[in-house]
Amino acid sequence: MRPRFVIGKVLGALSTLLFVVVVNFFLFRVVNDDPVESMFRGRNLSAEQKDRLRQQFNLDGSKLQQFWAYLRELLQGNLGVSLQSRRPVTTEIGEALWPTIALVGTATTLSMVIGVVIGIRAGWRRRSAFDVGSTTFSMFTYSVPDFWLAMLALGLFSVQLGVFPTGGLEDAGTTATGISLLLDQLHHMALPCLVLAIAYVGEYAIVMRSSMLDTVREDYLQLARAKGLRDVEVRRRHAVPNAILPVVSLSALNFGFVLSGSIAVESIFSWPGLGQATLEAIRGPDFPMLQGLFLLFSAAVILANLAVDLLYGFLDPRVGGR
Amino acid sequence: MSILELRDLSVTYRTEGGDVPAVRGVDLTIEAGDTVGLAGESGCGKSTIAGAVLRLLPAGTRVDGQVLLDGEDVYEMKPGRLRAVRWTSAAIVFQGALHSLNPVHRVGAQIAEAIRVHGSVDGRAIATRVGALLEQVGIPASRASRYPHQLSGGQRQRVLIALALACEPKLLIADEPTTALDVMVQAQVLDLLASLQRDHGLAMLFITHDLSVLTHACRRLAVMYAGRIVETGLGVDVFRDPQHPYSRALAGAFPTIGDPASRLRPSGLAGDPPDPSALPTGCPFHPRCAVAVDACRTTDVRLLPVGSASSEASAACVHVETR
Repeated sequence: MRPRFVIGKVLGALSTLLFVVVVNFFLFRVVNDDPVESMFRGRNLSAEQKDRLRQQFNLDGSKLQQFWAYLRELLQGNLGVSLQSRRPVTTEIGEALWPTIALVGTATTLSMVIGVVIGIRAGWRRRSAFDVGSTTFSMFTYSVPDFWLAMLALGLFSVQLGVFPTGGLEDAGTTATGISLLLDQLHHMALPCLVLAIAYVGEYAIVMRSSMLDTVREDYLQLARAKGLRDVEVRRRHAVPNAILPVVSLSALNFGFVLSGSIAVESIFSWPGLGQATLEAIRGPDFPMLQGLFLLFSAAVILANLAVDLLYGFLDPRVGGR
Repeated sequence: MSILELRDLSVTYRTEGGDVPAVRGVDLTIEAGDTVGLAGESGCGKSTIAGAVLRLLPAGTRVDGQVLLDGEDVYEMKPGRLRAVRWTSAAIVFQGALHSLNPVHRVGAQIAEAIRVHGSVDGRAIATRVGALLEQVGIPASRASRYPHQLSGGQRQRVLIALALACEPKLLIADEPTTALDVMVQAQVLDLLASLQRDHGLAMLFITHDLSVLTHACRRLAVMYAGRIVETGLGVDVFRDPQHPYSRALAGAFPTIGDPASRLRPSGLAGDPPDPSALPTGCPFHPRCAVAVDACRTTDVRLLPVGSASSEASAACVHVETR
C-alpha cells in the first residue's frame, strides 16, 4: 500500500470523528437545554444551588463556551460525571467495556468463522442438500430477533433445564478467584454468547454464499480448473480469496458494532456491559453518560471502517494503489 | 495417432428452460503440428467444443460421442488422470484476458501454479521458467510480480499465452484469443501465436468468428453453424471458394484486399443465428439462406466430400456437387 493511501484514509477517519464529536455535543444540548432543571424537578433548590450544579456539570456559559470546555476535557480523556452514579463517565464505561467485548466479541468472531465456512460450502455447490439446509437455517437465524431467541434460550436452558445461570457476570456474592472465577464467568457467558452467535451467523453465511455464487461463474475459475487443479484447490486458492472480500468489510464493520450491538440481549441476561449501561442511562436520562457512550460507539464504528479500508487495500491489489 | 479426435461429439446443456443442444454431432481430427481453425457466429457451439475437450463444461451437461486426446477418451478418465492430462496434453488460451486471470494473484504466481501442479517443486527453477515463458511472449520477466490489472489488454492476453505454454502441451486451443483487443494488438498476438506454433511444433485449434484471421493462422478450416460443421477444407479453399452458402456469407463479410469494389459492398448476412433450443427443420440455415429450395426445409444434409479428390474438402448442402 502506498503511504498516501494510508494517510488519506486516516485523515478521513479523523475528520469523521471530529464531526461526530460536534454533532454529539450539540445534539444533547438540543434535546435537553437544562439538564439540571429536569434532574432536580420537584426538588426545592435555590438559584445558587442550581448555578453551582450547572458549574459542576460544565453547563454554564454560552453553548460555544460549553463546547470548548467539553473539547478541552475530552482531549484530556475526561467525559464528565455520570448524573446517576456521580462517578466519572470514563470509569463507568471502563467497567462495562470488558464484559461487552468478551461477550459480543466472542459471539461475533464465532459467528463470523462458522458463517463464512457455511457460506463457502453452500455457495460452491448450489442447490446441494447442504446448500438448501444451511440457507434455510441462515435465513431463519437472520430474521429471528435476538431478544426473542434470548428469552427462549433463557426459558429453556436456565429456567426449565437449569443448565445455565439466568444472568449476571458471575454467581452472586462469589468468593471464587483465578481459574474457578473464570470458569464461573464463562458459564454465565455461554448462553448469551450462543444466542448472539446464532443471531449473527446467518448474515455471514448468506453474504458469503451469495459472494461465492458470483465468483463461481468467473472465468478464472474455469482457467484454474483447466490447469489441472483439484476442486478444493480451485475453491481455496482462486474462489475464496475473491469471494471473501465483501465479507471482510461486513465483518470489520460488525466489529465496530460489537460495543453497541447487543442492548437487548445484555439486558435480558443482566450482563453488566455497555448495552445495559446504555439502557440505564436512557432511563435516567443520564446525559453525560449517554454522550460518552455514543461517542465511544461512533468511534468504534469509524475505527472499524478505517480497518476495512486498510485491510481491503491489503487483500485486494486493485485497491490501495499497488 | 492424432493429437485430438472428436468423434460424433454432441453437447447438450441442461437449463431450466429445457435442453439446449449446443453441439450436434461434430467430427474433427487434429494431427500433431497441424493448425485447424473453427469459425462461426457466436452461439454456434465453437467455444463449447473448447470446453468439452478438457471436460470443463458445467456439471450436468450431457456429452455424447468421444473426445480422444492422444487416443485416450477424456470422458472415460478417472479424476486424477483427467487432472494430469489437463494443461499437459492440451492447454487453452481463453478468451477475455480481463476475466481469465485471477485479480488477486500476481501473474507470475498464476503461471507458476500450473507448473507446480504438474509435478515441479523446485521454487527457483519454477521462477526461472516463469521468467523464460514471459520473455517468450515478449513480456519482461520482471513483470511476473505484477497483478493483472497493472497490465494492458494485450499484455494480459500474452500472459495467458505464456500460461498456456507452461506445461509444454502438444495441443493449444485458442478460444477467441484476439477478441476485445485493438487491431494492432490483435496482429501482434496472432503473429506471436503463429511463431510459437512453428517453433514448438504445436498442434493448434484456433476458434474465432473472424474468418480472415483463420486463413492466415490455420492450414485447415472448419465452419460451424448451429452446432454442426457445415464446411471443412484447406483454409485457402474455404476462404476463396466456399461451397456452403453460409461459408460464402462469412467469407463475403470481409473485403478482399486489393479489390476496392468489395469494400464498397460488404455482403453481410441477414437475420440472427437460430436459437439452439428451437432449431428450424431440415437444414438449420435455410431461413437465412439466399439459395434455399423446398428440399432444404425437410432434408438435413450431412457433410459430403466435394471438389477434387486431393482437396480434403466437404460441405453440408443440397447444392454441392459430391465428388
